[in-house]
Amino acid sequence: MNEEAVQANVQTMRLDLAAEPVTMQRGGGSLTYLRKIGAVFVKDVRAEWRGREIFSTMTAFSVLAVLVFGMAFDLRVPRSEMIAPGVLWVVVLFAGVLGLNRSFGAEVDRGTLASLLLAPVDRSAIYFGKMLANLFFTLATTLVILVVMFFIFDLNMFHPYNLLAVLLGVIGYVGVGTLFAALTANSRARETMLPILLLPVMAPVFVAGVGLTAGVVDGKQFSDLRQWLVILAAFDAIFIVVAYLLFDLIWEDA
Amino acid sequence: MGSTTVRTNASGWRGVDTIQLALGLLAVAAMTISMWAALYYAPAASNLAGDEQIAQRIFYIHMGCNIGALAGFLMSVIGSIVYLVKRDLDWDRVSQASIEVGLICGMGTILTGMFWAKPTWNTYWTWDPRLTTSAITVLVYLAYLLFRNGIEDRRTRARFGSIYAVVAFLSVPLTFYSARLFRSIHPVVYGAENVDAQGGFSVGATMTQALNINMIAFCVLFSALLVLRWRQLRNEDAIAELREELE
Repeated sequence: MNEEAVQANVQTMRLDLAAEPVTMQRGGGSLTYLRKIGAVFVKDVRAEWRGREIFSTMTAFSVLAVLVFGMAFDLRVPRSEMIAPGVLWVVVLFAGVLGLNRSFGAEVDRGTLASLLLAPVDRSAIYFGKMLANLFFTLATTLVILVVMFFIFDLNMFHPYNLLAVLLGVIGYVGVGTLFAALTANSRARETMLPILLLPVMAPVFVAGVGLTAGVVDGKQFSDLRQWLVILAAFDAIFIVVAYLLFDLIWEDA
Repeated sequence: MGSTTVRTNASGWRGVDTIQLALGLLAVAAMTISMWAALYYAPAASNLAGDEQIAQRIFYIHMGCNIGALAGFLMSVIGSIVYLVKRDLDWDRVSQASIEVGLICGMGTILTGMFWAKPTWNTYWTWDPRLTTSAITVLVYLAYLLFRNGIEDRRTRARFGSIYAVVAFLSVPLTFYSARLFRSIHPVVYGAENVDAQGGFSVGATMTQALNINMIAFCVLFSALLVLRWRQLRNEDAIAELREELE
């Protein structure tokens, strides 16, 4: 090989090196973007499958919490329908905090947060991937909670409207929760700070969720329940867009 | 950026201090007038008697505090958004100072409301949408202050605080809306539908004047406290910067 050819080769290599990260991060169209989100999601689920630290903790806590609530109210509440909606949503919110804390907390503890941020994807892809993983864990936990409540409170809450409300409520919850988990990941008191930040902001989801589940338990018509679903859907839409816009700002110096 | 302008190390009395003092004195005068208006100038409510009659005078202070809280939380979201766009720490200080002052006003609103509610509604607390929203809002902004204190780096603190303040502010109207729906269709409280209207009274011309005086007075107090706290935070940052340079 002569000198010029080598020079040209080096030139193209340099160009490749310079160009590639940018095209990988930004380009590729929406399908590639979805694949990147999927990659982050699969990574989280695989880590969970091997480590089994999030889902098991959340389920164990929620079963325990349902039992504790059942015992605490047993003597004073004549019918379980009176407290079941509140218990369902309180346990979902509290169990969700455990999972959300681990979402970025585990990355910080294992020292993998930097490598995750170095991945050649848009930061928002990391947000959506993490959010989907949290959604998956929290929905799975909610399913367990509903089954446990079915036996403990002798109350069937697998009503389609209630399931829809749980889905919408949990989407909004992990949507804001993932953003706040990222905010608190590096703070000193991570475990205690997340619930303090998250729970007051979750008031609309909590109120609408309890309202809708209570309506379902009371056998209300869809026309009475629709407004709660509208609030939950509005919450999801507003906060996922806001979180998408703000997530880029979190690690701008990293 | 903004913090470098502070470091002129000027000692002694400056023009800003005079403005600050004037604003402070104005606030003291305004509060005196507002107390006079609320306690003496405003006439008694014609349809109330006994404890309720005495308690209704707290309404003027209650409304004033409420205006202060509202102004504070509005200022905070403006400060946060401007900070995120311009990255000038002065705007982050506006945000923090207005949340701190707004929080005091918000707690004042809740406390005065509770003292009024006990003789009027015969309970300190009820899950009325306004009460629910005010309590949740105070908790949200308390969380903001706790969160800020846990972050070491000054710029990270400003950025994260601003992100949280924006998200938190957006949740407040939704909280109010859902709490209102919750009350209106919740079966247990359906009988007490008009709890909001209990203890109400029609507002006459003199009462409106007293109310306006109070609202303006609390706005003056709010601005005086805001400017004071803002300058304090500025000096704090300047001292921290100087200390860092010494080390």
